[in-house]
Amino acid sequence: MKLDTSGLESAAPVWGAPSELVDGFSAAPSFDLPNTTDFDGFQKEAIQMVKPAKGTTTLAFIFKEGVMVAADSRASMGGYISSQSVKKIIEINPYMLGTMAGGAADCQFWHRNLGIKCRLHELANKRRISVTGASKLLANILYSYRGMGLSVGTMIAGWDETGPGLYYVDSEGGRLKGMRFSVGSGSPYAYGVLDNGYRYDMSVEEAAELARRAIYHATFRDGASGGVASVYYVGPNGWKKLSGDDVGELHYKYYPVMPSTVEQEMVEVGGA
Amino acid sequence: MECVFGLVGNDFAIVAADTSAVHSILVHKSNEDKIMILDSHKLIAASGESGDRVQFTEYIQKNVALYQFRNGIPLTTAAAANFTRGELATALRKNPYFVNILLAGYDKETGPSLFYIDYIATLHKVDKGAFGYGSYFSLAMMDRHYHSGMTVEEAIDLVDKCIMEIRSRLVVAPPNFVIKIVDKDGAREYAWRESVKDAAVPSA
Repeated sequence: MKLDTSGLESAAPVWGAPSELVDGFSAAPSFDLPNTTDFDGFQKEAIQMVKPAKGTTTLAFIFKEGVMVAADSRASMGGYISSQSVKKIIEINPYMLGTMAGGAADCQFWHRNLGIKCRLHELANKRRISVTGASKLLANILYSYRGMGLSVGTMIAGWDETGPGLYYVDSEGGRLKGMRFSVGSGSPYAYGVLDNGYRYDMSVEEAAELARRAIYHATFRDGASGGVASVYYVGPNGWKKLSGDDVGELHYKYYPVMPSTVEQEMVEVGGA
Repeated sequence: MECVFGLVGNDFAIVAADTSAVHSILVHKSNEDKIMILDSHKLIAASGESGDRVQFTEYIQKNVALYQFRNGIPLTTAAAANFTRGELATALRKNPYFVNILLAGYDKETGPSLFYIDYIATLHKVDKGAFGYGSYFSLAMMDRHYHSGMTVEEAIDLVDKCIMEIRSRLVVAPPNFVIKIVDKDGAREYAWRESVKDAAVPSA
């Protein structure tokens, strides 16, 4: 059934008598409504289609020296890659990082909002907020908006008075404390590498390499992840960006092209 | 998938729950404690959407504590169960909490008790109850082997039977379980039944 849109069209131009000046503009701009009976569903689908940063791989884990956080950098809108240089690791303050999976705008906005709340806490209490507290602030906000279309899958990683902290927070209102998380469409691949290579007593270098490798393998299998594998480390003195490597270049670093031995030389067949 | 069950014994009540935090096919965590110690003599085991589960049980816990602060006496288990039911019923026609609850407690006057409360605000006083996919197995197991006046050893044995049945027959069986107990000495953790070890959270 096609919607009857006649009621939506304006009968007369809003401004007075048509003059030469406004001749071309007098008709109120109008679009045809989409040919669908379920307009709300259409609108929801359309928004979903252009919501960037859906496919993602992010990971974070606690180890002896602190927290390692890593992510890819691809933003896709459906099948289209809209950016290869997205900052998916959001710097909340010098001691706390957030990761971005789901809606880019939702993540960016609410992390910025969280940053403000953390700073206000710092000014009011003369001490930095704990990772536990910060993650709960975010979880409570997201919980209050549940079912209203927010799309956030984030990890809050940082260092506070109690040492390293890591929480997983999502827009369904979930909040989990843990040692090791991965979020996004590439997360099953990243978990595979991460769970296999993880030890609590790793050095910073080993941990960074494990994180990088997990992101690389996720980008290799997951089409919606790619770009640059960024690795951050949070220690007692705050976070530091350790590396940002193009996963394409990482591929050739991990799997160099071997000059293949020629098994059979092609030779001209003499006389036929 | 989620498995929460419990039973009332001779002078105690036991609840057990799986400890998996699942998102579609991914297990994000396998040591998530889903049984909250509500107050000194009450346990609340909850299954359901992770956000609702945590928010709702914390809300109940804080309100039960508030009642005790205001009136100087704690709520009885039955009173806490009726309060919990009331909150679920009020929320049901507005923005429902998708949580199913087993509330176990011990009162001096009435002894141990177990309440079955689901997200549509059903309240039942039961001897044994279960929620989730595991309930099909654990309910049958408890129907067969439960008897009144069980000892702690018998009850733990039955809980272990239920866990073993779930682990061997349920496709999406969770690996780990936590068992908690409440008796005249209070509510406390009894044991974990783990088949995979999650990296422990360092004592913070």
